[in-house]
Amino acid sequence: MMELVLALAIGVLAASGVWLLLRPRTFQVIMGLALLSYAVNLFIVAMGRLRTGAPPVLKGDNIDPSHYTDPTPQALVLTAIVIGFALTALFLVVILAARGITGSDHVDGKEPEA
Amino acid sequence: MSVSLLLFVILALPFIGALIASGLPRHARTSAAILSWVIALVSLVCLAALWPRFQDGETLRHEIEWLPSLGINLVVRLDGLSWLFSCLILGIGALVVLYARYYMSPKDPVPRFFSFLLAFMGAMQGVVLAGNIIQLVVFWELTSLFSFLLIGYWHQNPSAREGSRMALTVTATGGLALLVSMILIGNIVGSYDLDVVLASRDLIQTSPMYTPALLLLLLGAFTKSAQFPFHFWLPRAMAAPTPVSAYLHSATMVKAGVFLLIRFWPVFAGTDIWYLLVGGAGLATLLIGAWCAIFQHDLKGLLAYSTISHLGLIVLLVGFGTPLALIAAIFHTVNHATFKASLFMAAGIIDHEAGTRDMRKLSGLFKFMPFTATLAMVAAAAMAGVPLLNGFLSKEMFLAEAVANSNANALSTALPFLATLASAFSVLYSLRFIHNTFFGPPPTELDRVPHEPPAWMRRPVEILVGLCLLVGVLPAITVGPFLRSAAVSVLGFELPYYSLALWHGFNLPLFLSLTALAGGVLLYVIFGKRINNNPRGAPWGWQKLNGGWMFERAMTGLAKGAAMLVRVFGTERLQPQLRGIVLVALLAGAVAGVSAGIGVLPMVAAPDLADLAFAGIWLVGAGCAVAAAWQAKYHRLAAVVLMGGAGLASCISFVWLSAPDLALTQLLVEVVTTVLLLLGLRWLPKRLETIPVPAGLERRSRLRRRVDLIIAGAVGLSLAVVAYAIMTRPAVEGISRFFVEHAYKDAGGRNIVNVILVDFRAFDTFGEITVLGIVGLTIFALLRRFRPASDSLPEPSQKRVQNKSDRDRDNRTEGDTLKETMLIPRVVMRWMFPFILLLAAHLFLRGHDLPGGGFAAGIAVAIAFVLQYMASGARWVEERLTIRPIVWIGLGLLISVASGVGAWVFGQPFLTTWFEYADLPILGRVPLASAVVFDLGVVVLVVGATVLMLVALAHQSLRKSRPQDEEGAQ
Repeated sequence: MMELVLALAIGVLAASGVWLLLRPRTFQVIMGLALLSYAVNLFIVAMGRLRTGAPPVLKGDNIDPSHYTDPTPQALVLTAIVIGFALTALFLVVILAARGITGSDHVDGKEPEA
Repeated sequence: MSVSLLLFVILALPFIGALIASGLPRHARTSAAILSWVIALVSLVCLAALWPRFQDGETLRHEIEWLPSLGINLVVRLDGLSWLFSCLILGIGALVVLYARYYMSPKDPVPRFFSFLLAFMGAMQGVVLAGNIIQLVVFWELTSLFSFLLIGYWHQNPSAREGSRMALTVTATGGLALLVSMILIGNIVGSYDLDVVLASRDLIQTSPMYTPALLLLLLGAFTKSAQFPFHFWLPRAMAAPTPVSAYLHSATMVKAGVFLLIRFWPVFAGTDIWYLLVGGAGLATLLIGAWCAIFQHDLKGLLAYSTISHLGLIVLLVGFGTPLALIAAIFHTVNHATFKASLFMAAGIIDHEAGTRDMRKLSGLFKFMPFTATLAMVAAAAMAGVPLLNGFLSKEMFLAEAVANSNANALSTALPFLATLASAFSVLYSLRFIHNTFFGPPPTELDRVPHEPPAWMRRPVEILVGLCLLVGVLPAITVGPFLRSAAVSVLGFELPYYSLALWHGFNLPLFLSLTALAGGVLLYVIFGKRINNNPRGAPWGWQKLNGGWMFERAMTGLAKGAAMLVRVFGTERLQPQLRGIVLVALLAGAVAGVSAGIGVLPMVAAPDLADLAFAGIWLVGAGCAVAAAWQAKYHRLAAVVLMGGAGLASCISFVWLSAPDLALTQLLVEVVTTVLLLLGLRWLPKRLETIPVPAGLERRSRLRRRVDLIIAGAVGLSLAVVAYAIMTRPAVEGISRFFVEHAYKDAGGRNIVNVILVDFRAFDTFGEITVLGIVGLTIFALLRRFRPASDSLPEPSQKRVQNKSDRDRDNRTEGDTLKETMLIPRVVMRWMFPFILLLAAHLFLRGHDLPGGGFAAGIAVAIAFVLQYMASGARWVEERLTIRPIVWIGLGLLISVASGVGAWVFGQPFLTTWFEYADLPILGRVPLASAVVFDLGVVVLVVGATVLMLVALAHQSLRKSRPQDEEGAQ
């Protein structure tokens, strides 16, 4: 059941993200990237399978991997979250600068012609 | 000196010389020449010193590890064949250098010329000395590259540019084909080592990949050695300075193709397809080259086509596939190199001293330059195959082989006839070259009086012509041992009987040879005048089928086709590009999913209460995501808030799914991202639903929205299916077991995720924080020059309303409302500052053992700072607190590097960590790991980068808004 919920959640986040990614305004695209990165991060974590109550923090002398959830996807996603933040920040500044230079917040830097 | 050192020297010395020469000043003509000469001579001496080492047919090898994991090593390998070729490359190279010193004008950047020439010499050495077939291709392409640079040396000259481009396109394409061929051979044999390949004849010839490998190999060899139908680049390459033509286009580079064929002869030759293709191309090239050479008016053009023809002769011999023919091929390669190089040099002298190489203008030069004329006449006689000269010997061997192979099949009965015909053509153009240039009345159309060149310019020609004579008279003792050793290295010790002698008695080859001589002379007597008066120098019956013209057509077609593709499929607009990317990804996923099958398993367990709660969270989260997508156009603030809702849902999921570190980091990052977006919103235009959309656009955009909705839905659905299918399958054993088992034992940390980040994969993290620092600096740089759009310049409407109400009321001053509204949050935020810092320190210190760590701590500190900015404004904060984010970034990087470099002191690799337990007062027994120092670097850098981004953006609000803007906005 949890798998189904998470899969659907990933799907909805990704769909919202892709929809925004294809919009004409820069702000929509940046929001789309953020939503898409939520979806991707959850997806990567899900690759380690879902476990509750088994954080990858060693307890006592127990080093049996079956007692802990998979730490590798978590390490990957942790860096992905931070880099995702940096990307969002950079993209935001780029669209601000582009808007300043072109006077338009359209992704092509100019308003579409009819 | 040891053998391996000598081997290394003969390969590396030319390249070293090229580097030195490239650094010489522009006018250093003589020093560059001396340098090149010394390099060539020293290499030659080293090569000579190696000669006694492999008399008994063994090969010398010197191996240097290059890409051992791919089975590719740098192998310098010397055997008889490569010794002979190397000798040609270095020997003729030395002579060409000497000649070029006098040929090149002091006005040209001559050191550059010598630098290219030496580099080319090294590349050729690399080809012939390669003991690894991939290495061979690398040097092969290098020869193409340096040949391009040398042909285009006079780049101010359009024909030089065109010729060099054509040569590069043709030969480098052949090189690519060769690379594929070598990879195929490597796959068949299982090794890229030349010795292994040469010992695998049966394996290669029985392989189904034999034919493709052979075809690609031949493509490489034929393009390089200017074989029909790829011969057209060679005459165009004559735009090069003449020393280049003498060196590359007679003696060395064009022989690389021949070398390749001879090198792989033991494993590839002997099949029908080899005979047909190699022999056929050789024969066609022999005849066509000779026919075209007859009609050229340009001395170098004549020599170029004659080179093509002689290369065809050699390739034909190789194509026969018999050992005797192979020996003849090697012999003729050497002979051709000597007489053709001297002829090119002579043509260059004539050009240099008479000012033209057009045979229609040249005449009677014998009186003006008798020495040069005599030398050229001897060399041309060698080219024509006159007895007592080396060309006669190998041509006689060729004719003998043509006779011997004439009964292979119906077609080959014509071989002796065609061979004799080509020889007669050769006599004809040699005679024409001599007669037109040196005899007849004195020239009338020259702008100067020709004279003998400087003595040292003639010396190389004298040496080469002397060799032609020496070999021609005493072949067995001059070239015999070298030829034998080269033949042994290809054919093994059981060489067939062959005789290097001037006189073999009256036999058929001698008769054919004499017929060719007489026929050539006769033809010139009959047709000479008409050929000389032929207006454009175009060969009779050959105007239409011009390889160069077809090449140009093909290139134009290619450019037009590419332009058309760009027109049809290209767009400058971002939306179609993104749509294309998404669709391609979707399609690729669909193809993979349909072909392999997804196989979604049915749900097993019934839902319990916890599941329902989880579903509830995501009901909200997904609702937020959809609403954010819906509102991002007109209600941007709401969209940011809604996106935070979706972020919170994924944050809670991380907690739920045993990922406390992720939840923590996500939560903190969520905060800064929201602040960042809010700061950015200030400078983006507000979109209002009331702005009318042009009627034409509306229909189009409605359609586009529908399509995008379908695409987005498809992406979401397929991602959900894939995620579900994976999650319901048992996990695959990956690398995680290692991390779990070693985290505490070897790295002294209990929080495995943190240990992975700061210890096992610390180098990745180091790269990541570097990226973070670079992003921070980029944002800072971008914002320093930031000019907002004019409609964002005025103060925001909220601020104006506040200020207006402050102004309108008597007992208030501007800014009071803002101050009062923020009073309570401000107090709270100021008081929270030390506590957030304490939290950050806590997160950092426990990070190695419990959820927390450098990233979370760093972002927490950044939040502490940003809260102060939000509560009290940039001015207030900066009056009290000096933050230098850029210094923090640098410091963070330095700390991380230092913790990594520290490992070197103990003789360990970069970023090796160390840990120990220490008894500290009060705190008690705590683990101390050097990874914590690395994590400290992470904290400092994350603080610096994050604060830099946020502060740079926040500072924009300190801009003074100009009154006229405000008027404009109102």
